[in-house]
Amino acid sequence: MSAYRSWAYRPAQRQAAVRPTWREASLPSSQPILPFGNGRSYGDSCLNSAGVLIDSRSLDHVIEFNRETGRIRCESGLLLDALHRITLPAGWFVPVTPGTSYVTLGGALANDVHGKNHHRDGCFGNHVCAFELCRSDGSRIVCSPSSNELLFSATIGGLGLTGFVSWVEIQLLSVESSTMDVNTSVFYGLEEFMALSAQSHDSHQYSVAWLDCVSSGKNFGRGIFIQANHSSQHVPVAERPASSGLPVPVDFPGWALNSVTVKAFNELYFHKHRLMSLGDSIQDFRSYFYPLDSLQHWNRIYGSGGFYQYQFVVPTVNTEALTEILNRIVDSGQGSFLAVLKQFGAVRSPGLMSFPMEGPCLALDFPNKGRKTLQLMDELDAIVTAAHGCVYPAKDNRMSAAAFKQYFPQVDEFVHHIDPAFSSDFWRRVSD
Amino acid sequence: MTEPQDSEHVVQASESIVIFGATSAVGQEVARIHAQRGDHLILLARNKAALETVRNDLLARGARSANAVQADLADTGTHNALHERIHSIDKKPARYYVFYGVLPDQKACEQTSEVAVSALHTNFNSVVSLLTPIVQQMEQQGSGELVAVSSVAGDRGRQSNYTYGAAKGGLSLWMQGVRNRLSDAGCTVLNVKPGFIDTPMTADIEKGGPLWAQPADVAHDIVKAADKGKSEIYTPWFWRVIMLIIKSIPEFIFKKLKL
Ligand SMILES: Cc1cc2nc3c(=O)[nH]c(=O)nc-3n(C[C@H](O)[C@H](O)[C@H](O)COP(=O)(O)OP(=O)(O)OC[C@H]3O[C@@H](n4cnc5c(N)ncnc54)[C@H](O)[C@@H]3O)c2cc1C
Ligand SMILES: NC(=O)c1ccc[n+]([C@@H]2O[C@H](COP(=O)([O-])OP(=O)(O)OC[C@H]3O[C@@H](n4cnc5c(N)ncnc54)[C@H](OP(=O)(O)O)[C@@H]3O)[C@@H](O)[C@H]2O)c1
Repeated sequence: MSAYRSWAYRPAQRQAAVRPTWREASLPSSQPILPFGNGRSYGDSCLNSAGVLIDSRSLDHVIEFNRETGRIRCESGLLLDALHRITLPAGWFVPVTPGTSYVTLGGALANDVHGKNHHRDGCFGNHVCAFELCRSDGSRIVCSPSSNELLFSATIGGLGLTGFVSWVEIQLLSVESSTMDVNTSVFYGLEEFMALSAQSHDSHQYSVAWLDCVSSGKNFGRGIFIQANHSSQHVPVAERPASSGLPVPVDFPGWALNSVTVKAFNELYFHKHRLMSLGDSIQDFRSYFYPLDSLQHWNRIYGSGGFYQYQFVVPTVNTEALTEILNRIVDSGQGSFLAVLKQFGAVRSPGLMSFPMEGPCLALDFPNKGRKTLQLMDELDAIVTAAHGCVYPAKDNRMSAAAFKQYFPQVDEFVHHIDPAFSSDFWRRVSD
Repeated sequence: MTEPQDSEHVVQASESIVIFGATSAVGQEVARIHAQRGDHLILLARNKAALETVRNDLLARGARSANAVQADLADTGTHNALHERIHSIDKKPARYYVFYGVLPDQKACEQTSEVAVSALHTNFNSVVSLLTPIVQQMEQQGSGELVAVSSVAGDRGRQSNYTYGAAKGGLSLWMQGVRNRLSDAGCTVLNVKPGFIDTPMTADIEKGGPLWAQPADVAHDIVKAADKGKSEIYTPWFWRVIMLIIKSIPEFIFKKLKL
């Protein structure tokens, strides 16, 4: 047993956990139960103070891999990083990946994660062929788009509440190499960003932007737009060993990140890209998709106070809400240096509770300054709600039950599929 | 012993890797490294379903072949049959690994001698029984690599787990003797002394902190040392320093420590 936490949140209470070694194991008898992937969710959706976690990380076996078709069935605790080490040499890549490769397949499914190719390929759930769901009544149900469809749909993005997923089968994406053709440009203002996204839609499978959330005046809404495709050129790069990455060994002192250092970082980051990396380049897939993975435990740079991440999407028609929010953040002076902007596409996920919708999506960090940070996020909630947008539960540990119901009106249907023995800290808060 | 399973592969050259205790957490990680190299694997373990899971995993990860042999390895009466079985797959396997073992409850060992003797049997006697003919073969053919996993617990007896420690200490000495005997024969005899590893064996122990290693990291150290033909390693490396200090404490002080 070890101290379980999420990426940005250390629970006050110690989390009890079991760690099954084989997928045949039955569920723990003490309740409530919650599956735990690799704790890369930022908030409390992967925590269960009142009950017991099922730590899935020893369930990391590949069950079947068809190198011809790119279909792979794996246990749910396999990390994407490990998956790539197996499939990339055979020319197969995960169809959808978040910004870190240290997530499990089960976690990717339960949050129905999205990536830089959302505008083209939808969510992780769009590529799931089947999975096995272990329920507290002892049943094991194989769900697919054509069998047990309702549970299939409720479990994708279902926050671990519908049961424990023991294995997942997905269709991988065929790639010619492990490198990426990357194109980088700058934009000034959200309009320019929207125009770039529209242009990029057909030409590039991946696109994402880094947005400056601290500068005002003429620099308001400036950013770096990065679009990419899998490359057909193979450029050999040194393989990073499985457990590498420079660790951040201890929490940074709180003063290390203040508005001065953050401003300086934004300034530096913007100009580094403006001066050095504009135009076309070839990058290793790891440095393109997972730039932060080379710095293990980077969450510690926020110090012991920790931080929040706030991620929301608003429908394209209400894009002005984004400007309003950005204004609010710049005014507050609380913005941090990791702000990621992405135009989501229209591909619908099979996931009932899936977060993405067509429109701009912004994710950014707020160093925890106590009440004033919480207040800011409540204000942002009001703007997102009014714009009929949505906030991402995977990043949250503070949204109110009322806000949650506004964001996810389909929850009324979802509750019918929840396994009565399953719950989470997140769920207890938002289902009040 | 249950009948041996699945013999779809007979290996030609002496290139297969034999793994006793293939379903152990560390053993699986070592097997994965060999699978990625495209090696032939001969896997022995007692849990049939688990063995099948491991076998499929290794095939998906690139193993050229994977033969699974189900056996209770503590049952020394079956060892001859096991050797014949391995022999029928590959006459001259390149490397043998021993990973199986049990961590008995020390308090139970103090109260019931059967518990202590059973642990000693699995962790020491049965390993000697299993390896004796293999060592003989290695000596005769003048080749082969043998890797056994002992423990830092075998370096000095401590009240908290000296039954386990005695078996592992015995194993370390036995391996040292074998190495000495085979020194001219061109064989590798590697004894591995891990510290604390986060595995099912230690599931009930409170974990966290820098002393706990992950099985994949330990596996990496083991394979690297075996490839280099090393004699003995501590893994992670810092345990060599820790054990040097532990071993250097005079007994009149050590006996009073609550370790
Ligand atoms: C640096 C960084 C970048 C990120 N970028 C993105 C991004 O671009 N897009 C995005 O969508 N997300 C992103 N995330 C969030 C992350 O992808 C998700 O939170 C993901 O779900 C975490 O997976 P995990 O394996 O760590 O699961 P955990 O965080 O441990 O759990 C997540 C949820 O999955 C459930 N769960 C886990 N395993 C199972 C199982 N076997 N059966 C049923 N339920 C299960 C849990 O109960 C919980 O509700 C990012 C996170 C980080 C740290
Ligand atoms: N974990 C540590 O902190 C640590 C530290 C130092 C040394 N070690 C040593 O490292 C080795 C690997 O252990 P581990 O940490 O990887 O733990 P593990 O996963 O629990 O592995 C132990 C394995 O031994 C098997 N086994 C036990 N008795 C057996 C028998 N009679 N026949 C066949 N198989 C048997 C178990 O099989 P079943 O699953 O079927 O029971 C299990 O697969 C062991 O020798 C251990 O003593 C471990």
